[in-house]
Amino acid sequence: MRLLNVKPTRGQAVILAALPFALTCAAYLLFSHLRLAENPNDKLLPAVGGMVQMVTDLAFHPDPRTGDYTFWVDTAASLQRLFIALSISTIAALVIGIVMGLLPLAGALLNPYVAVISMAPPLALLPILFIVMGLGETSKITLIVIGTFPLLVRDLALRVSELPREQFLKAQTLGASTWQIALRVVLPQMLPRLVDALRLQLGPAWLFLIAAEAIASDSGLGYRIFLVRRYLAMDIILPYVAWITLLAFLADAALRWLQARAFPWFAVARAS
Amino acid sequence: MSAIQVERVWKEYGDQIVIEDISFEIERRGFLMLVGPSGCGKTTFLRMLLGEEAPTRGTILIDGKPLAAEPDCDRGVVFQRYSVFPHLTALGNVMLGAELSQALLLGKLFGAKRRAVEEEARALLDQVGLAGAEAKYPAAMSGGMQQRLALAQALMRRPKILLLDEPFGALDPGIRADIQALMQRLWNETDLTVVMVTHDLSEAFRLGTRILAFERSRNRPEERERYGATIAKDIAIWPPRIAGGSKRFNRSGRDDPAKTGASSGRPEVQAS
Ligand SMILES: Nc1ncnc2c1ncn2[C@@H]1O[C@H](COP(=O)(O)OP(=O)(O)OP(=O)(O)O)[C@@H](O)[C@H]1O
Ligand SMILES: [Mg+2]
Repeated sequence: MRLLNVKPTRGQAVILAALPFALTCAAYLLFSHLRLAENPNDKLLPAVGGMVQMVTDLAFHPDPRTGDYTFWVDTAASLQRLFIALSISTIAALVIGIVMGLLPLAGALLNPYVAVISMAPPLALLPILFIVMGLGETSKITLIVIGTFPLLVRDLALRVSELPREQFLKAQTLGASTWQIALRVVLPQMLPRLVDALRLQLGPAWLFLIAAEAIASDSGLGYRIFLVRRYLAMDIILPYVAWITLLAFLADAALRWLQARAFPWFAVARAS
Repeated sequence: MSAIQVERVWKEYGDQIVIEDISFEIERRGFLMLVGPSGCGKTTFLRMLLGEEAPTRGTILIDGKPLAAEPDCDRGVVFQRYSVFPHLTALGNVMLGAELSQALLLGKLFGAKRRAVEEEARALLDQVGLAGAEAKYPAAMSGGMQQRLALAQALMRRPKILLLDEPFGALDPGIRADIQALMQRLWNETDLTVVMVTHDLSEAFRLGTRILAFERSRNRPEERERYGATIAKDIAIWPPRIAGGSKRFNRSGRDDPAKTGASSGRPEVQAS
């Protein structure tokens, strides 16, 4: 049988999926053990026990100086920035993308502009944001918005124009106005596609968040990582990175779940 | 008065002449079948009747008035595909026309008004043989069901003219016969003028009151671009078929373009 026709059974699929994770963990444990055996003070690959101890300290014991539970304060600060920024860019992209895709006049006005603007590297704009808006929350949120909005809006405008022309004609023969077409034909079909686009933008959003936090902040997951980097505190950095990865993965899974729940027609329509 | 008057219509795309000097008239409640070889401009012509494309020269009159430059609810349409909305259930698709006309701001009805429209939509679905499929999304329906749904959706808005572009082309013969019977019945029961494009001559003879065959007068490769399609044949079905079921023998028999507008001896059939 050809290799491309060999499909895993359910059990095989689970084992195959677990394999890379298991290998990564095993490799870490092995090399960590080897290095620590050679030099008990080695900081590069700390023992798992030490990391657990460290995280437990940060998560469940208040900081003696500030009285905060550092781990949760960091998490809340980062998630809040991410949530506000992505809400802004998603809603703005939805409205503007639909207008651009649906109205030829708006498309002619905005398409070239957005195409140019979206090429400006957001991180290069970060100093400008700090200068103009100061070092507070606004500039960090703005960076994430600037980093994610152009792609979201272009994606959405493209998806609108990809809707079969027949649908717009059909809606007009049913007497729909432009507004009604936007509301009853385009918007409901864009929402599940927006979820897809948003999922792809989660990665960049985290990137910009951590970049902004690394440079100017006093809380947040990115801030903490870059702060303790000075002490080579791998036993904090590594758990934080794992935690960020887990959060991003959960956000992605939540969006996927939302899409399947809220738009049952979408999966069927996409498959056919 | 004739429902549709076509006066010396030309259509050109750039250098290519697609339709060349076509004139004819269709009476109210007529059932016109358009046939012709692939690429001769049948769809293009239908798109002009729909108001999606404007004739390069000539005029099209609907009930004596120039055709609106965009689609409206006087002219319903069923395309070969993409005629129904994937994000709405069968019931939602049929209700849409009524919702759009009654709820200008939201395009969505609530409460008692919604129930009234829903009742009407259910009756219509029942008529086209889709009772029981109300909650299905189009992607979960067969091609034949989707086309019947598209018919019901178009009829909900009570158009004066129904435009059909090979609506049953992709269906298997059994289902096709069913839908043809349905189409015939709907035409008999509603005050409807139908223009239908088909590749199936037997369908044309079975349903139509008149058949127009489009064809290029010259079709050598080097001439193809410079000569558009004209009406090669204009066949009135004999014995005359009259909407409303009665097949009374009361016309002159010939239905040539010169005479149809004036009088064909056909009684005015009023919709019930
Ligand atoms: N938007 C357009 N721009 C340029 N040329 C077009 C356009 N639409 C149609 N044509 C040309 O017009 C001619 C007629 O096309 P049309 O789709 O009307 O044919 P048709 O009779 O419907 O054919 P079929 O039976 O295959 O559906 C074709 O040669 C096509 O290339
Ligand atoms: Mg065609």
